[in-house]
Order: sequence, then C-alpha cells, then structure tokens
Amino acid sequence: MAEPDSHSLRRRLRSSQVLLGAAGALAFVAAWYLLVRFEVWRFAKLPDPLSVVREWTARRPQYGVSLYTAAYYQDIWTSTVRVFCAFALATLLGVPTGIALGWSRSVREFLFPLLELIRPIPPLAWVPLAVLMLANQEAAMIFLTWIAAFFATVLNTMLGVTSIDPAYVRAAYCLGSRPQDVLRHVVVPAALPYVFTGLQIAMGVAWFSLVAGEMIAGQAGLGYMILSAYMDLQTTTIVIGMVTLGLVGFLSSALVRWLGERLTAWQFS
Amino acid sequence: MAVLLKAEARTAGAGAISLRSVRKVYASSAGAVEAIADWTLEIAPGEFLAVVGPSGCGKTTLLNAIAGFDPITAGEIALDGTTIASAGYLAPPGADRVVVFQNGALFPWKNVVDNIAYGPIVQRRMSHEQALRAAHALLERVGLADVARAFPLKLSSGVQRRVEMLRALINDPKALLLDEPFRALDAISKSAMHEELLRLYESTQKTIFFITHDLDEAILLADRVVVSATRPARVKRVLHVDLPRPRSPLMTASREFLELRAQLTGVVHEEAEKALRRGERELA
Amino acid sequence: MRLEGVLTAVRVSAARGTRLRTKRVESVRVLRGAAGIMGFLALWELGVLAHVPILAQIPAPLEVARAQWQLLHEARYYVDWLVSLERVSAGFLIAALVGIPLGLLMGWRAKFRYLTFPVFEILRPIPPLAWVPLSIVFWPTTESSIVFVIFLGAFFTVVLNTLAGVRAIDQRYVRAAISLGATPAIIFRRIILPGALPSIFTGLTVGMGITWSVLIAAEIIAGKSGLGYMTWEAYVAGAFPIIIAGMFSIGVAGYASSAVVRLVARYAMPWTKPF
Ligand SMILES: Nc1ncnc2c1ncn2[C@@H]1O[C@H](COP(=O)(O)OP(=O)(O)OP(=O)(O)O)[C@@H](O)[C@H]1O
Ligand SMILES: [Mg+2]
Repeated sequence: MAEPDSHSLRRRLRSSQVLLGAAGALAFVAAWYLLVRFEVWRFAKLPDPLSVVREWTARRPQYGVSLYTAAYYQDIWTSTVRVFCAFALATLLGVPTGIALGWSRSVREFLFPLLELIRPIPPLAWVPLAVLMLANQEAAMIFLTWIAAFFATVLNTMLGVTSIDPAYVRAAYCLGSRPQDVLRHVVVPAALPYVFTGLQIAMGVAWFSLVAGEMIAGQAGLGYMILSAYMDLQTTTIVIGMVTLGLVGFLSSALVRWLGERLTAWQFS
Repeated sequence: MAVLLKAEARTAGAGAISLRSVRKVYASSAGAVEAIADWTLEIAPGEFLAVVGPSGCGKTTLLNAIAGFDPITAGEIALDGTTIASAGYLAPPGADRVVVFQNGALFPWKNVVDNIAYGPIVQRRMSHEQALRAAHALLERVGLADVARAFPLKLSSGVQRRVEMLRALINDPKALLLDEPFRALDAISKSAMHEELLRLYESTQKTIFFITHDLDEAILLADRVVVSATRPARVKRVLHVDLPRPRSPLMTASREFLELRAQLTGVVHEEAEKALRRGERELA
Repeated sequence: MRLEGVLTAVRVSAARGTRLRTKRVESVRVLRGAAGIMGFLALWELGVLAHVPILAQIPAPLEVARAQWQLLHEARYYVDWLVSLERVSAGFLIAALVGIPLGLLMGWRAKFRYLTFPVFEILRPIPPLAWVPLSIVFWPTTESSIVFVIFLGAFFTVVLNTLAGVRAIDQRYVRAAISLGATPAIIFRRIILPGALPSIFTGLTVGMGITWSVLIAAEIIAGKSGLGYMTWEAYVAGAFPIIIAGMFSIGVAGYASSAVVRLVARYAMPWTKPF
C-alpha cells in the first residue's frame, strides 16, 4: 500500500509547509509590531501594523483614507485605468512588432539595433521627457507606463518567434500552407507562451513605472496618494497605499497568468 | 480508412520519384561539407523504398531536397516527370509529398482533429466542416475516435505518430516521406506501428520514402532497401525484398527474412566500420 | 532566419565562396542597422522642424548633441555620474551580498523556505518606489534612504532567481555526490553553488537593470544630485536638450553596468556560453 502512504506523507508535508509559512508571516508582523511599540532605533517613526489595520478599516479615518472613503477607491480606479490603458496599448503594438521582428530578417536588421539603442534607457528616465512631450497629464502617465511594458512585450514575443522549431514551419508548408497560414496557425500560437511571459513581465513593470510617474508628476492615483501622505507626514496612510499597491499589482499579474494558462493549456501534458 | 482513401484517391498510379546524379554540398562557415556525392535512383509509383545508412551520412539531406526544404547543388529530382529540384531551382514544399518528421511535428496547440483537418482547410480543398468530418471519419476507422479532442502532448508517442500519418494521408499525397518516424518508440509500440503502416500502405499504395536505422524494420516494410555509403552519400547497394504481401511482423522469423537480414547486415557493417574508422581519424 | 528559407520557390545559386558570402551578409546587416538608426534620427529632426504635434515640444537631435558636448566640459556632469554610480553600486552590492546567501539557504533548506517564502511573496508585488516615502522617514539620511530603495529594487529579483537556480539543480548530481561520500559542505560548495550560478547571474543582470530605473526615480523624488536629478532639474529649469542628453547618459551607464555583470559572469562560469 505505497500509494495512500505517500499520499498522506505529502499531505503532512503540505500542512507543515502551510503552518511554517503562517508562522513566518506572523513572526514578520510581530517583529514589526514589537520594534515599533518598543521604539527600537528609528522604528518609532513608523506606524505599527495594528494602527494601520485600524485606520484602514475605520469608518472615520484619522487621515482621510480608508476602506470606507470614496477617495481611496478613486485613487485605485485612476491608477488601474492608467495601467490597463498602457498595458492594452503595449500588447496591441508590442505583439505585432515582436512578431514582425522575429519573422522577417529584414525588419529585424533594420529595427533591432535601434530598439537596442533605446532599451537601456530605464523607463523612469523618460519621466521628464514624457511630461514635456505630452502636455496632457493623463497621456504622460500612460506613456510612461506603456514604454516599459512595450519593450518587455516586444522582446519576449520576438524571442518566441525565433525559437519556434523549424519542423513546425516545414510541416505547415508541406501540408499546403501559404505564408499567411503559417503566420496564423504556426507562428502566433507557437509564440504564445513567450508572449504571455512577456505580458506578465510587462504588467509588473507597468505598475512599477506608474507609481514612480504618479509620485513625481501625478495629481491622482495610488502613487500620488502615497506621496501626498508623505508630505502631510501621515505614515499610516503611506503603508495603506503600499499594501493596496501590492494587492492590485498581485491581482493584475494573477489575471494575466490565468489568461495565459488558459490560452496555452496545450503545453501542459 | 482504406476504403475511404481508395475511393477518393486522385493519385492512384502516381508518385514516381527519379533522383538523377543528385549532389549536395553544404556551405557552412566552417567550410564546405559534401553531404551527398552522387545519388541516382528511380522509385516506381507505389513503391515502398527504405533507405539505411550510417548516422550523418546524408539521408535527411536527401529527404529535405525531395520535400522542397533545401536546394541541391547538382543533378535533378523529378516527381512524375516534373522537375522539383535541380541546380539553382527548388520547387516549394507542397501537399503532393508530405513529410512525417524524425521527432514528430504535430502542432501541439491544435487538437488531434484540427491537426488532421489542417491540410485540406489551408489548401481550400474542403470547407471547414467537411474537413473536420473527414478527419473524424479517418480517426473512427483506425480506432482513434477517443482522442479526437485531445492535445498531442497528452498522447503517447505511438499515438502521436499514427495521428501524424493520418494528417499526411488525408491530403492524398503522391508520396509520403518518412524520416525515422518510429525512432523514439519502444519495441512493442514499434511493432504495432509496423502493422498499421503496412495496412495503410497495402491499401493506399502510396509511394513511400522511408529512412531508418533499423534493418529489421527496413526489410519487413519495404519493397527495396537502399544502403547508403557513409558521408558523402552514394547508393552503395540495392536489396530487393521479395517477401509476399500482405506482410506481418511474424515474417521476421522466416528463412527468407533471415537471409536478407544477414546480407544487409554485411553491407551495412562494412559502411559502419568505415564511418567509425574515419571518425577516429578525424578525432586524432 | 530559417523560417524564411521555405517561403516560396527559391532560385538558389550553388554554394560558391562561402567566406565571401557570409562577409557580405554581415556588412548588409550592419548597414541596415545603421540605416534604421539614422532614419529614426532624421525623422525626429524633421518632425521637430516641421512642428509635428508631439515632437514639436522636444529638442531636435542636433541640439541634444550640442548639449551633450557642453556637458562633457562641465565638472558637475562628472560629479553627477560618480554620485549615481556610487549609489547604484552600494545598493546593488548589498542586494547581492544579502540576497544570494538568503536565496541559497531558501533553496537548500526546505523548512527555511517554507518559513520565509510567504513573506517574500507578500512584499514582492509592492513596487520598489512605493517604499521611497517610508524609507525617507525611516533612514537618518537621504543618501541611505536612496540606497535602501535601490537595494530593494534588486533584492527580490536576486533572491528569487537564486532560489529558482538551486531548486532547478538535477537531484541526480546530489545523489551521486552522496553515494560518493560527500559531506553536506562539499555538496554545497561543489554542486549547489556552481549549479545555481547561471541563475544567480541572470538575477544579478535583471536586478542591475531595475537598479538604474529605481535610482533615477529616487533621485528625482529625494535627491539633490546624480544623473536622474540632473534630468529633472533640466526639466524644471527649461533646459530641455539636457533632458535627453541625461537620458542618453543614463542609458550608457545602465548598459555599461550590465556589461560589467556579464563580464564577471564569464569569469565566474567559464563553462557556460556568454550571455
Ligand atoms: N545545414 C547544414 N550545414 C552544414 N552541414 C550540415 C547541415 N545539415 C547537415 N549537415 C551535415 O551533413 C551531413 C548529413 O546530414 P544528415 O542530417 O543528412 O544525416 P542523416 O543521414 O540524416 O543522419 P542521421 O541518421 O543522424 O539522421 C552530416 O555530416 C551533417 O553534419
Ligand atoms: Mg537524419
């Protein structure tokens, strides 16, 4: 009866894993609380986890932002819409560009060096230029968020196309395909796992850039909320903003991953 | 399946492949590699031809030229009298000579039916629905109806190979080009595949160009076995296999089979030794 | 690209003068790349001259080149370089020194991994720059808070790549070593560490890229010097060509530091292909 035995072993392992994980997280929060409460070194300047939770769930928050205030959702909404627009633009422009770069050697030879020249400029170094170029504040935020996401999408899509097993392309031609059939039935689906790797990275860097953009030049959104809380020395609200950013960032990445797994289910045997 | 293919076959009696003084030199950055020296051979319509030879002797190169993947340096290849490759010319690959690949090339992102229906759909030979119905019918006849909706990576390699052969046959090609299709299979599934391929061949009478390393397989399946010399490839010896058809894997125990086998082993061994000795010299 | 080879019926010339042909192909490639870049610059210059809506706001390439040339003659420019390089090096080195051992330990000891991994997964999605305000509040000097945020930017990537590298090591190597009588210390030194090294360097390369991005934003938000601050100051002061010259400088700096990581990788792992 090896089967059930190894099964229960695995379950026991799994449960010890969960317990240890919970213990780790708990220890983290407890350490945070104690360091702040007993004013160890400069931890006195930070809010403790309990007051963050209290403020976050307060009907009448001390500093104006909690689960019960409209301002909180306003900022989440603003940032989410910006990320969504930038991400959609990055996908719509980046995937076709990546496919063209991977598929055609001429396109690659003309454009890839230019791309490689621009790419080392960190996305956030575009902040001043974006603000200068696009007078419209919304457009500037979206441009900033878009640029990082775009490069991640293009490069991964291109990598996906260039690493297609040539046997698939040959098989397709053997079966009587025209080039456009190969593009549609072989190149695009075969590159899809890479495309989604790119999109997942893109989602991460989109939030990364947006927060910076909002902190530097924004007038709304979660990044702006954190920065204005800092200006008013409301550290509790800063932490609420950070945790919220972590949550929406995590959820949007999970959404992309879920979509990717659904669309490329064929690769899991 | 046999009935279906016979009734619809537009290519009965077609599929003669002539290879005339074919030569191929690869130009790589490391220098020129002569893969095929001089290959001349007539393959009759409906013939089952097996090619054996040492690893790296140029078998795949020859198949790639027939398929239209890679040009040749000199000589000529014709299919039913039409030149498909010569020095400076290469006809594009097409559904008249379908390849089944060494490592398998079913599209993993399409399920089994969609893979099989792919050819007729892109060739605009059938409507989408017709093609799917034909694919289903084929699967039904070979007893694979259960896996119609499965994705290839979920299937055993034996089933993958069977599906890939159906994907080729549904196009009613003049010739099938098989490059070591059963290499990755274990002995038991391999023998089942032999039976199935024999059934398909004996009912459809397609020309088959079959590359293998397995001498038993070559004799059991083919009408003629060509032994290639070690690189650069040449026709070293042609063996006629007179075993009666329909054939069955049981024939591998017959006296005629064993005689052929001994003869073939002798020729191949000679070439293998040559390849080995040359390999040693190249290393030294 | 091989995919194209089978597109249409091709007329091919027999293999002649291989060496010659590869050389021609190479020079075509370089020419095309140069043409792409020149075309981009020309379009940009023309766009500015012709007052194309968005481009009209930004300086033309020639102006940028002039501004860059002037920067090269100012001492302040080199100071900005140095300050930025110092911050990045400090944050990055601390991230590597803390992150690699932590990742190795997490990969090697399952219990430790179970204990710590969830905390990582909770903290990781918070964008590094969201830490800036809290970091300024917490750390005694602005300088230390900037270095801390840079450290965070690289830290998670380094830890997770190291961890993934250890976990991807083929267990057969470990079993073979055990059956040969290796002690845990030897297994760690001879198998775990070299086995994880390629993945560690991937993490370091990616981390280095993030580092520069974080630095720029941190300097804009909290700094009074450095290349990032320089570009922002140029924006505020209306010296627009300097913005782009600054972006260019940052690009060069980022590229150079990634090249250094790759160089170290080549020395540390002579058995792998350069990446
Ligand atoms: N694109 C290429 N460029 C240069 N040399 C090549 C190329 N393709 C194949 N070769 C060389 O040509 C020779 C013949 O290769 P080929 O693949 O035809 O051998 P094969 O008989 O099919 O071998 P195997 O039995 O291992 O499949 C080999 O020595 C190989 O190294
Ligand atoms: Mg081969």
